[in-house]
Amino acid sequence: MSNPLSDMDKPDVIFCIGTNMTECHPVAATRIKKALKRGAKMIVADPRKIQLAEMADVYLPIRVGSDVALLLAMAHVIVRDDLHDHAFIEERTLDADQFLEHLSEFTPEWASTITEVPAADIEKAAKLYGAGDKGAIYYTLGITEHICGVDNVQSLCNLALLTGNLGREGTGINPMRGQNNIQGAGDVGAIPSNYPGFQKVDDPESKAKFEALYGREMDGERGITKVKALNLCGSEIFAMLIDGENTVVSDPDRKHCEHALSSLDHLVVIDIFLTETAQMADVVFPASAFAETDGVCTNTERRVQRLRQAVPPPGEAKPDWWIICQLAKRLGFEGFEYESAKDIFNELCSISPIYTGLDWDRIDKSEYQWPAPEEGHPGTPILHENEFTNGRGLFKLVRYRDPAETISEAFPVWLTTGRRLQAYHTRTQTGRSAGIDYLLSEESLEIHPEDVDAWGLQDREFCRLSSARGSVEVRVRATNRSPRGTVFTSFSFNDVPVNILTGSGYDPITDTAELKVCPVRVEALDKSESDAAG
Amino acid sequence: MSSNGIQHQLILDGEEVNFSAGETLYEIAERHRKEIPTLCYDPRLEPFGACRLCVVELEGARNPVASCTTKATAGMVVKTQSEPVEKYRKTLLEMVVSENREVEVDPLRGYASQELGKLTDRYQARTGRFKGAQSGQLHATDDNPFIFRDYDLCISCNRCVRVCAEQEGDHAIAAMGRGFHKQITTEFNGLLKDSSCTFCGQCVQTCPTGALADKKALRAAELPEPLQKTRSVCPYCGVGCSVDLLSKGEKLVGIHPAMDGPANEGALCVKGQFAFDFVQHTDRLSMPMVRGDDGELHETDWDTALDRAADGFAKTLKKHGRHSIYGIASGRTPSEANYTMQQFIRRGYGTHYIDNCSRA
Ligand code: SF4
Ligand code: SF4
Ligand code: FES
Repeated sequence: MSNPLSDMDKPDVIFCIGTNMTECHPVAATRIKKALKRGAKMIVADPRKIQLAEMADVYLPIRVGSDVALLLAMAHVIVRDDLHDHAFIEERTLDADQFLEHLSEFTPEWASTITEVPAADIEKAAKLYGAGDKGAIYYTLGITEHICGVDNVQSLCNLALLTGNLGREGTGINPMRGQNNIQGAGDVGAIPSNYPGFQKVDDPESKAKFEALYGREMDGERGITKVKALNLCGSEIFAMLIDGENTVVSDPDRKHCEHALSSLDHLVVIDIFLTETAQMADVVFPASAFAETDGVCTNTERRVQRLRQAVPPPGEAKPDWWIICQLAKRLGFEGFEYESAKDIFNELCSISPIYTGLDWDRIDKSEYQWPAPEEGHPGTPILHENEFTNGRGLFKLVRYRDPAETISEAFPVWLTTGRRLQAYHTRTQTGRSAGIDYLLSEESLEIHPEDVDAWGLQDREFCRLSSARGSVEVRVRATNRSPRGTVFTSFSFNDVPVNILTGSGYDPITDTAELKVCPVRVEALDKSESDAAG
Repeated sequence: MSSNGIQHQLILDGEEVNFSAGETLYEIAERHRKEIPTLCYDPRLEPFGACRLCVVELEGARNPVASCTTKATAGMVVKTQSEPVEKYRKTLLEMVVSENREVEVDPLRGYASQELGKLTDRYQARTGRFKGAQSGQLHATDDNPFIFRDYDLCISCNRCVRVCAEQEGDHAIAAMGRGFHKQITTEFNGLLKDSSCTFCGQCVQTCPTGALADKKALRAAELPEPLQKTRSVCPYCGVGCSVDLLSKGEKLVGIHPAMDGPANEGALCVKGQFAFDFVQHTDRLSMPMVRGDDGELHETDWDTALDRAADGFAKTLKKHGRHSIYGIASGRTPSEANYTMQQFIRRGYGTHYIDNCSRA
């Protein structure tokens, strides 16, 4: 997030797109509710009539995967009606003219044909966001899990740059991250493009720095993404070390994943449960869990916080770092002589520019949001206050593209996937916590009641859901949350492995899977099948 | 400091103190470490002024005033601990206590559950009139696994109703009836499950008497070890709510929201509040495992497993080279795990064949 969570009750205009915040980030959503009570206005764009939509002043039920069209048209209206922030554009951005010109063809009428939202509503949303003094954008995977995920994010940046909604309290572009340390994983370099602290692997200076540090030669080009690595299993990739990730259930296109992992010569998994992925491993190491480990994690607002141990891990389970270090030492790797999580974190701070001003003791009270680039720096709650990372803000000339697969005669319905409040990810954790089943015991497919009738289905009965990759059986739930022609389910229940269906395409830049869009067919089961399913 | 920054003065227990416009007498007194008792007050909520325990003497006013709802004005002369107000507070407490089945409740019931008991001790307000432990009228038909509704202990402070409406924005519960017959209930007096309740537990944690209680934590009521609190962070979403882990001996027994957690300021959702049993679940892996010749995974010791794991990587490196080995880190493990993972790949193989699950 460019702005802190505590800012969320400060905007005049809130724009939520592709985020089901009341279910996925409930505590953050309570702040939005406060902002609304204070009189803030809210625009919500989401294919499904989620709870946020019901609280919105303008609700845009866009077709799945049509975000770029909507955002281009909103920018068009803002410029057409002269609601853009001339001073900000002049002082803080580059090459705006080209962008302003680029926008001229993307009228709300044009966008309406793609998004299936009335042009008048797009106008309303644009004017609301454009006229606000403090406009804040919030988004989640509904923006990134598309083949055009990068385009979506850039379109949001364009809007914020155009209206000067960056670098001030109650504004910003704010992705809400889905896992408690997903921000940290990127911060510390567990990505193919960056060393710890976002030092680019293809930057000669970083390369030299780490070659000196590691005493070895380093590749000067980026590594491959996990998606590519899975594609190359058995042909170029032959061994994997997986820590705490249930790839088989959480990644798209399950059959492909299973096939990939089974074609490895060597698979080592570190986890707290014998997950579907661990079951495929040659060696499984037991890790300590939440409440059993000391460590650090970074939340969605870049706040660096300590995790602390309260109880001992079961049996001989050990902290992940300890296991990895032991393995490294047996392989003769140098530099793994840590005694504690503290040692590791302090080393991270010493080589990572965004963490330079931090150390284990300093973050004891969770006060810091990175970057803290030097000793004594108070941290940075709001990014881009005076300047962008690369100096001036750049507009990107984005164009709308269709999703990788679009609905057809064979697969005439849009499927979109997500999370639910009571279940988390692949339920290895919530599924094992007493009482959670009371609230959510099984998966269901949310279908508009009229579609339930039109497609010959029965509410609460099982149906078959098929895509070009496979099919699953799932219980029907008739609900107005789903618009006509679009159905929804989560990916949390292993007995409804929705990732058999998904995986139609990937963003060409980030390799993020298009989990939010998948053309499917929904059919009733015949009598004998439904007895078996029930 | 108020936004206009202008400071005013009043006399607090004989001392001149500054305040800014909009501050209540309670807030000013708190700042000066006066220990004014409260029951219906929660600093996160709009003051309510129902219990009147926070009364103070105000010169010129005929009766003591509730400090939590009274805004300060310049020149006021306020006494927070005078004999008449202390007496008044004691009487009030005695009335409250006489209504309740018990005042000493298990701290596992909730974050604020000890408030009434502590005040009762401080004012020696046990009347001997209360009926002692009895089963009480629980909302026995509410079979929800999280929240125990023990309305015998309810003192109608409305903190639960207010936290739900003001903090959660959910309006799942309401106060019904008036005076002694007042009851906290859900919409239509039904089950919480059928209301708009999301089981965030906020009402439980603000209840000053334990009338709303944490059913999951109470499972550990009989454990003899002392209750420990350890500050940590919720293991679920990226909001990063601060929590206090409750443990007894080696058992994790519950979660409290951290009122001073910067990301959540005392709030949690159902996952962070109640979904912690996975930690000590019997399915947890407790020993390393290696795949045997029979194709199955078998438990073994660390040495054997580490050797086997290392051997596989060494062989792969020899046969297929540096770019045949890949590491996948997680968004749910601590940064130290991710850091050592990327270092394993980078330092070990000189490649950047490392990623995490953010793409899925
Ligand atoms: S658990 Fe949360 S939503 Fe339910 S009644 Fe209590 S405060 Fe309201
Ligand atoms: S308590 Fe809920 S909102 Fe807070 S971090 Fe945990 S999962 Fe997220
Ligand atoms: S605390 Fe002031 S009236 Fe209850």
